[in-house]
Formats: sequence, structure tokens, C-alpha cells
Amino acid sequence: MSNVVEIEDLAVTFATDAGPVAAVKGVDLQVAAGEVLAVVGESGSGKTVTARTILGLLPETAAIRGAVVLTSKDGTQARDVVPLTGAQLREVRGQDAAMVFQEPSTVLNPVYPVGWQIAEGLRAHGKLSKKEARAKAIDVLRRVGIPDPETRVDHYPHQFSGGQKQRIVIAQALVLDPGVIIADEPTTALDVTVQAEILDLLRRCRDDFGAAIVLITHNMGVVADLADRVAVMYQGEVVEQADVRTLFSAPQEPYTQQLLAAVPKLGSGTERARERAARREPGWAESAPVVSARDLSIVYPGRLRRPDFVAVDGVSFDIRPGEVLGLVGESGSGKTTIGRAIAGLTKVSGGSLQVLGTEMVGMKERAFRPVRERIGFVFQDPASSFNPLLTIAEAVAEPLVVHKRARDPRAARAQVDELLEAVQLPRAFGDRYPHELSGGQRQRASLARGLALDPELLIADEPTSALDVSVQARVLELFAELQREKGFAALFISHDLAVVDLLADRIAVLYRGKLVEEGTGAEVLGAPRHPYTQRLLASLPVPDPDEQAARRARWQALRADA
Amino acid sequence: MATATTAPSGARRRTWRQLPVVQQLRQSVGLQRGMLVAGLVLTGVFVLTAVLAPLLAPYEYGQLRDADGPFGAQQSPSGDHLLGTTVGGYDVLSRVIWGSRTALYVIVVAVLMSIVIGVLLGLVSGYFGGWLDRVLVVIADAIYAFPSLLLAIIVAIVISGGQSSLWGGILAAAISITVVFIPQYFRVIRAETVRIKSEAFVESARVIGASNWRIMLRHVLRNATRTLPLILTLNASEAILTLAGLGFLGFGIEPTSGAEWGFDLNRSIADVSSGIWWTSLFPGLGIVLVVLGLTLVGESLNDLADPRLRTRRRVSAQDAPVGLAEVAVVPGGTLGAADGLDGLEHGGGAR
Repeated sequence: MSNVVEIEDLAVTFATDAGPVAAVKGVDLQVAAGEVLAVVGESGSGKTVTARTILGLLPETAAIRGAVVLTSKDGTQARDVVPLTGAQLREVRGQDAAMVFQEPSTVLNPVYPVGWQIAEGLRAHGKLSKKEARAKAIDVLRRVGIPDPETRVDHYPHQFSGGQKQRIVIAQALVLDPGVIIADEPTTALDVTVQAEILDLLRRCRDDFGAAIVLITHNMGVVADLADRVAVMYQGEVVEQADVRTLFSAPQEPYTQQLLAAVPKLGSGTERARERAARREPGWAESAPVVSARDLSIVYPGRLRRPDFVAVDGVSFDIRPGEVLGLVGESGSGKTTIGRAIAGLTKVSGGSLQVLGTEMVGMKERAFRPVRERIGFVFQDPASSFNPLLTIAEAVAEPLVVHKRARDPRAARAQVDELLEAVQLPRAFGDRYPHELSGGQRQRASLARGLALDPELLIADEPTSALDVSVQARVLELFAELQREKGFAALFISHDLAVVDLLADRIAVLYRGKLVEEGTGAEVLGAPRHPYTQRLLASLPVPDPDEQAARRARWQALRADA
Repeated sequence: MATATTAPSGARRRTWRQLPVVQQLRQSVGLQRGMLVAGLVLTGVFVLTAVLAPLLAPYEYGQLRDADGPFGAQQSPSGDHLLGTTVGGYDVLSRVIWGSRTALYVIVVAVLMSIVIGVLLGLVSGYFGGWLDRVLVVIADAIYAFPSLLLAIIVAIVISGGQSSLWGGILAAAISITVVFIPQYFRVIRAETVRIKSEAFVESARVIGASNWRIMLRHVLRNATRTLPLILTLNASEAILTLAGLGFLGFGIEPTSGAEWGFDLNRSIADVSSGIWWTSLFPGLGIVLVVLGLTLVGESLNDLADPRLRTRRRVSAQDAPVGLAEVAVVPGGTLGAADGLDGLEHGGGAR
């Protein structure tokens, strides 16, 4: 089989404010026709930069060395993309190589119908008349699984769901029948159940359209599901290349081994939860819960002539002292809203929500302020949850100062140092500014801030979803350790079942604002009762190609039933 | 990311290198640097002239005669009067130099007042929202819609009531400029506040239980002010133009109570047609150069503040130091470092 892409000794250097930065250092890669090459690595490993070079999509500040030879699908023309500019580059783009981006909702232009946007590529390469282009757009929409494409072709992006939008983006890439498609984290912005469908579609791109795919991802489950061959990148270099079975069963490089070991696996937390349950004191189940929700509903009032949006609908659950409740659901399921309601950031509209003995329905901010002292919160995005102008020590001291446990940040320094040590950050980090810390370090500092007042309840809203797998593993471990030590109750919100399973005593599954299933990890993961939970479990890709193939078959059977 | 750019980079302590303008100067290259340097030089000369006016000017601004008798009107440049004299018999050079002082007063007073009021209103309006916000926005829009010079004239009449002492004139000009500028600061700070209000770190302060004032002053205000130096320089140049416009229209300061470029220009209109060029040229040049200098500073700060507009030294792939890659490519703890200490060296240099 011939190669559609051959990358030889590629080096990319960016000019930045802090001087030149080498993002890619001497990468050699080949993509054979009709194969799926997965490029995996942590953020900053150079995987996206490498893939973007294939299309000449790097910003002006980049200096490129080496060769990227792109062969057209029929094998008649081979060109080095690196020296190309302007018209030549445009000729290659779309025709020989196309791109699928991460965020489908921002890639599509909201003011044009999707059919127009698909046909744009055809027009740019000037092959077809308007009518033919439209027919082709309808055809490709049908082939990527958009129902009723004859009418949908004239619809605008906002009329499609997230998954459908990604299908349209893929259709856009497919319409010129390119030899290779670069898919940059194509499923990261999507829910797990939708992700499974998009992966299925990408697989069809290879099988039906014969396109090679360069799949950039950090999700090992996705790799196991789709890839034929895997290249592991680390600090701008390819450290290991192997076919997918070999890589998962016998990784050679220590880095790859660590990367695979860091991926959370379903069911690994069940044992731990059972142990913890056994250690509880007898009367524990009857003790007063820290958080108690009965028929909780949260409604966002609609704007003019729009119906209200019911974010949370009749949810009941309890969190007892020292217990970790994992809340799982896809985006829009209301899981974050529940977390925010408990922290008093969102108003509760109906039912009852008792937080540490305070009723949150009709709560007054002034009355709730003393309760805040007993609640910690860890936010999703470590990049924005720290004031960029305060040092880490000042930020961690903030709760102490606000609740008058210390006069000013300097007086609180001894306590701050202790807290930083508890989250395994060196004391000296207290004098740094947030942007000088990595994501994982910042999230640990965030944990230190959440625990500063020794709270009885900690709410963690997707604390690891913005982190790399390897960093996530360490933060989760730290969380479990601190929870064991300090014994706070916690609400752990995540979209990732495997992560929740690792930490939680009980798991609650939310679906469209309703609590569809609740129970211990063993119950929910072992024998899910609700069809949504079953679907969620089946669509979660596992980092093992053979097992994933079996799961995929099960998922397809489930989907056929539905 | 957007907010992170304001934070000092790398160093533990804030040194002079991190001061707003100095940092941009160090960052700039090529044409942008040229613009910034030219602007800074012009502005520097202006400020120095204003401060040292008593030493630099050969005569007082209101001086009509010296020991040898009256200067005489419309004298052409000579050894006694390097730039000649005006139709009123004043020394042009002295009035140009003293005029820079008046201009500086007006800039300082106007910008200070509009910043304090505008920032405060913007902060409160953006943070609390509600009806107060709506009312203030409507008022700001209404002031925007008004021709600013007309507004300035009305305010000048109301404030000085026809009198024209030095401080009366300065305050009249400054307050009228303030009224026109408040909406600008108000809008910028309000927009930033609305944006920052929804950032996670403000929510985190709310979760902690911090009071509204504490959140506004400690968390929102300092993050909302990053565009102020830019508007400040642009407004300063606009302030001079408004002052000169007021003076030119006759709402300025009497020559006996202070020197003012716009007023001198007004008096020299008749001279232009009779071939007396020096009375109008030099005050005009003063206005043009100061406005040019301040605008250059403002515009280049604007370009430098935006990473997409900022030009950087190009690198070739060959001469990139390989060691640097470790610094920024992996922004923190790597897999191998179980304790996360590995990020210690990395974080410091990573921007």
C-alpha cells in the first residue's frame, strides 16, 4: 500500500514573547492509504502542530524545517507541502487533505446554510455547477447519516445538534474525496454517547470512502476503538510507533507504559468503595445527611415568549457525612446546576434542598454566608479559577481572610504552607502567580483553597476534565487520599464514568435533568437498569482494542434496539 | 489566557521592567518599536517642557515689555525673540513653552477625574447590573451621541460663567472633557466587569463567602484595568484637541492669566493672510506634535496589547535553541515526575 502522507524530519519552531520555542523536533511519520493513524500525547506534545503542517495551517510565527510529502488519492501527484504558498496550497487543501476540527459549533459559519458550506469546497476547486454541487452536498449529507438531507441541506447550523454538526463538518471534509482526513480531537467536545456514533462514522469514512485518517486525540479509548496504528508523541518527538494491538498489549517505551497505566479503568474503584463501606460505623446510615435534596427542581426562566428551561427536574438524593457521591451525566443534564445550587450560586426553584441544615429554597445570601465557611468548591477550569493578579498563597489565604481566621494573607502564610504541603505542592509555589503553574498544579492549589477552611462538604465540578490523563490520575489519587484523611463529604461531578467510579461511594446518573439511576458503583456499573445508563456504559470506549471491539458490537446491538 | 497576560511574567517581584510602558517597549520590535519610541520621545519632550517651563521660557507668558521697553507687535523672529512676537505683543516662544504647561494641567485633571468617576460607575454598573446599569448605560449613550465640542462649550460657559482665570479656564476645559470621556471609561470598565464577573475566580470568591465590595475591589477591578493605559493616552490627545478647540472658539484662557495654544491660534488668523507665519505656525506645531506623540504611544500600546497584532522577531528552524523546548512545550509536571516537582523549573519560564 502506498503512503498518502510522508513526514520527514519535521521541525517546527514558534516565535513567542519568551523567545523561540521548538514545538516539534524531528518527527518522521508515514500514513498509508486507507489507514487510521492515531497520534496521541499530552497537551503540548506537538501532535496538533504536526498534523496541521500537513495542511499548511500553521500561523506566521512558525518556522518549519523538513518535508511533508502529500500524495493525491489517485497517486498521480506527490508534493512537498512545506514550501507551498497561496494558490498551490489552496489546491492541495480539501482535495488531497481535509480537516475535521474539535469544536463543531464554532467551525460552521452560523449565517450560511450547511449545504452552502459543504458546497463551498466544491466551488473553491471550481469543478461543478451550482446544481451539481447541491446534489453532491445532499449526497454526502446522506452518506454521513443526516436524515432527510433534501430539506436539511438548506438548514442553518443552529438547527442541528452537536453530534449532527460534527457529521456535517465531516461531510465538508469528505465532499472532495480527499486522500487523508486530519481529525483534530473530533470527539472531545461531544458527549460519550454521541462520541460513539461519530467514531462509527469516521470508521465508515475509512471503509466506504477509502480515506486515510490522522486522528489526533488524548483519549486512549478512542484510539483503541478506531486506530490501526498509533504514534505516541512526547515533547515534540515521536517516542513510539506501533500497530494498535501491539501498543496496547506490549508498550515498549516507559512513557507509553505510564500513559496507558494512567487511564482510569471502569470497575477499578468498586473494590475501594466496598472497603470503605465496610469500615463505616453502624449507625452511619441513619446520621443526618450533609446534603439532602427532595424533589429538587431548578428552572431557568425563559426569555420573551420562550418557554422556561427546566435544568433539574424532581431530583432526590442524600449525601451523608464523609460520603462521596459521584454525579454523572452528559452536557446539559443538569449536573453542574445541582453543584452550583448546593454552593448557593444558582437559585433553587422548587422542592427542597437542605445544605448543612440550611434550606436553600428562598435562601438569603446574608443568612447563607456563615454556611459557606463549611463548604469547599473546586472548579472545572484551573486556568480561570484563580485571579491572575494574586499569588497562589494569596488566593489560598483568601477564604481564611474572608472568614476572619487570619488578618491578611501574610498572617495566614503558615496555614497556607501547610495546605500546600497537604496537596503536595512545594511551599515556594505560594509565591508564584497562577499562570506560572501547570494545569495539574493549579488544580491541586484549587483543592488546597477548597480545603482551607476544613469544610464538611466539598463540591468538585469536573475537576479533572481539563487535565491530561497522566495529570488527572495524580489529581484523582490526591483527592482520594485527602478525602480519606480529612473525611469530608463530597459531591464529585463528572461526565466520565470511569473517573467517578474511581472515587465515589455511590453513583447517581442524571439524564436530561432527571435522576435515572442511583446506587453503588457495583450496582450502577455492574447491572445498570435504566436504558440510558446501559447506553452510556456501552458507548464508553475502553483502552483495549479487542475488548473495545466486543463492546462496540454490544453498543451497536443496543442502538439497533432503540 | 486573556486575563493572564496582564500578570507579571516570570519574575518573583515586580521590577521596573514590568511597568506598563517599559514592558511593552522591551517587547516591541521593528516598526512598532519605532512608533512607540517616537511617541514616547515626543511625549517626554512635552512633559519636560511643561515641567521646566519657568527655566526654559525667556519671558513670562503675559510679559509685554522688558527693561528695554515694549516688545512690539508682530515682530519677526530675531535674536531677542527667537520665534517673533504675536499680534498682542507677546513673545511667541515663551507662550508656546508656557502653553505646554496649561495643556498638561488640563490632561492631568481631565483624565484623573474621568478615570475615577468612570471606573467607579463602570464597576458598580457592570457588577450589580439591574436597573441602575440600564439607566447609566442610557445616560452614557446619550452623552456619546452629543457632539463633544458643543457639550464642552456649554459646560465651559456654565462653569466659568464668562470669566477666564488660569484655573477657571483649566477646570472649565477639564470638566467639559471629563463629561465627554466618562462614558468611554464607563463602557470599557463595565464591559470588562461583565466579562470578569462570570469568570471562575469571581465565582470562587463568591463561594468562599467574600462580600461584594471585596470581590469588586480585589478580584474584578484590578483585572478590568488592563486597557486603561491605552484609552488614557488616546484620551489625553483628544483632551488637548478639545482644549485647543475651546481656546480657538474663544472659550479659553485670557493671555494675561495663562498661555494657551488654541487661543494664540485664534488670534493669529488674521496674520496668516498678511504673511506673518510665525504666530500661527508654532502654537499649531505644539498641538500637532503633542497629539501625534500621545496618539503614537496609544496606538502602539494598542497593537502590542493584542498578541495577534504584535510582531515578533522571526526565528528560523535552524537556530532555535533545543533546550528551550522543554521550557514551554510541556507546561507542567510530566509523567515521569510523580511528585510534580518536575514542573518547578518548567513553570517559571513558560508563558
